[in-house]
Amino acid sequence: MTLAARRVRYVLKRLLQAVPVVLAIVVVNFFLLQLAEGDAVDVLAGEAGSATPEYMAQLREKFGLDQPLVVQLAVYVKNMLMLDLGYSFRHDMPVAQLVLDRLVPTLLLMVCTILVAVGLGIVLGLLAASGLNTWRDNLISVFALVSYATPLFWVGLMMIVVFSLNLGWFPTSGMENVAMFHEGWDRVKDIAHHLVMPVITLSLFYLALYTRLMRASMLEQAGMDYVTTARAKGLTERRIVFVHILRNALLPVLTMAGVQIGALIGGSVIVESVFAWPGLGMLAFEALFARDLNLLLGIFLLSALLVVAINLVIDLLYSFLDPRIEVG
Amino acid sequence: MSFWRRFARNRSALLGLAILAVVILIALGASLLFPEDPFRLVGRPMSAPGSNDFLLGSDTLGRDVAAGIAHGARVSLLIGLLATTVAVALGVVLGGIAGYFGGWIDDLVMRVTEMFQTIPSFLFAILLVAIMKPSIQSIVIAISVVSWPAVARLVRGEFTALRNREFVQACHIVGMGDLRIMLREILPNCLSPIIVTGSLMVATAILIESGLSFLGLGDPNVISWGFQIGAGRTVLRSAWWVCTFPGIAILLTVLAINLVGEGLNDALNPRLRER
Repeated sequence: MTLAARRVRYVLKRLLQAVPVVLAIVVVNFFLLQLAEGDAVDVLAGEAGSATPEYMAQLREKFGLDQPLVVQLAVYVKNMLMLDLGYSFRHDMPVAQLVLDRLVPTLLLMVCTILVAVGLGIVLGLLAASGLNTWRDNLISVFALVSYATPLFWVGLMMIVVFSLNLGWFPTSGMENVAMFHEGWDRVKDIAHHLVMPVITLSLFYLALYTRLMRASMLEQAGMDYVTTARAKGLTERRIVFVHILRNALLPVLTMAGVQIGALIGGSVIVESVFAWPGLGMLAFEALFARDLNLLLGIFLLSALLVVAINLVIDLLYSFLDPRIEVG
Repeated sequence: MSFWRRFARNRSALLGLAILAVVILIALGASLLFPEDPFRLVGRPMSAPGSNDFLLGSDTLGRDVAAGIAHGARVSLLIGLLATTVAVALGVVLGGIAGYFGGWIDDLVMRVTEMFQTIPSFLFAILLVAIMKPSIQSIVIAISVVSWPAVARLVRGEFTALRNREFVQACHIVGMGDLRIMLREILPNCLSPIIVTGSLMVATAILIESGLSFLGLGDPNVISWGFQIGAGRTVLRSAWWVCTFPGIAILLTVLAINLVGEGLNDALNPRLRER
């Protein structure tokens, strides 16, 4: 079998493995909805102000809420798989549309955060490991320890106090200055300006994680036999570190980056609500305040799907990066 | 070398232990230090730190920030410990069963933990608390529901590695029951990684709790650090201290627990210490 055909088979296999996970998440969602007090009809009746019991019974029949649980579950799974996430009565819009509208800002925030956290984490980890137990290593390790223990929302608020309110360098909230009607490059610059503080805030925790991981991974690889071999054949230390050790030390960091995607979405709820960044997390925060459970579940489902999808992409990338991983 | 001597050799772990001791003392002595209800309005609103008899200032309604921090320490530690206990118990039971028996039980438990590790855990915790209505109980349940899979995977790995060892086979031969082998023979042999993971999980649980209460999902009847910060964010411009000090409290507590956890790790696994 050719390599290309093996790749296609691997992609198909991984897609197939994702199906039960997605189904399980949908089922969990359904039972969470059941756990909540009251159903959609109670919500509707509450919104309307008053409703007779007969009318509510009629509505329940219309929505299929009088059916047995199993039937309701089947209907729910079918709806979800067709991306019909229900209706948000607060926003008067289908949940799917609301959620998709907010997806782009969150993706922008997440991609920038991953790039900063992984990139800088690798550099810092490398610096710490190459100057083991010097002031440089100690400083980086203390920085990583403190960042690892700081709540995200507090960092965000403190950054607003220092850099927005006192120094006036960055805007406090939002994604762009809508009133300025920027276009083209001006708009890109404006968004980038708004992006700085949320990205730093969100990446700090993960930066700490990747720095520590990269440091440990470098040290582990430095003790391997192939390093001794490289040294024995007279390569310079520089070449050994950057060409031989670095490439192998990167792998666990990349794996961790994949595992952390789900946590990143959780962090973005907090960071987006601190900086009023108009993404999924901010929407979740608003839904929380409005007690809009349908919307909250929709966001949860979509972000879970996002994690499954991103993990799939990372697995595929990984198989390109490390030929030792069996693709077949 | 004794456990304590190995632990004490690590200076940062000792520092962590000292900070943690102070936090615990403050939590225990909160009612003595600040006998008033921390929700009570005790003075001029928005007093700066040091003015009007407020050590760390007062918030928008005239509540004492220092009193809130002292009473909040109780809630944070309580929720951190409770949630970790529940999560570790769940993880040990499920992971132990999966690792010991293997086969389809193992497959099932591992698929479930994989699913839990895929879904965004903080968002899941938010959903659970929102659905169950915010209370200490629902927060503990939510945090332990999202944290047990890590313990389960760890314990499962240890049990799988140990179940075919000679001492376990010997136990089978002398006719010990499965439960007795699991609890009395295998479990004591994998306690140290469980203790280390558990201690680090307390720190994560405190961070999750502060995030939840920052978003307004804290127990409305008890004051917590996250709630203080969430309530103070609207007056960030005029009263920075309302947000700043509770945040420092969270930072120090979580840092201290992490340092102690790492110290435990070094002391319990001496072979790994050189890293």
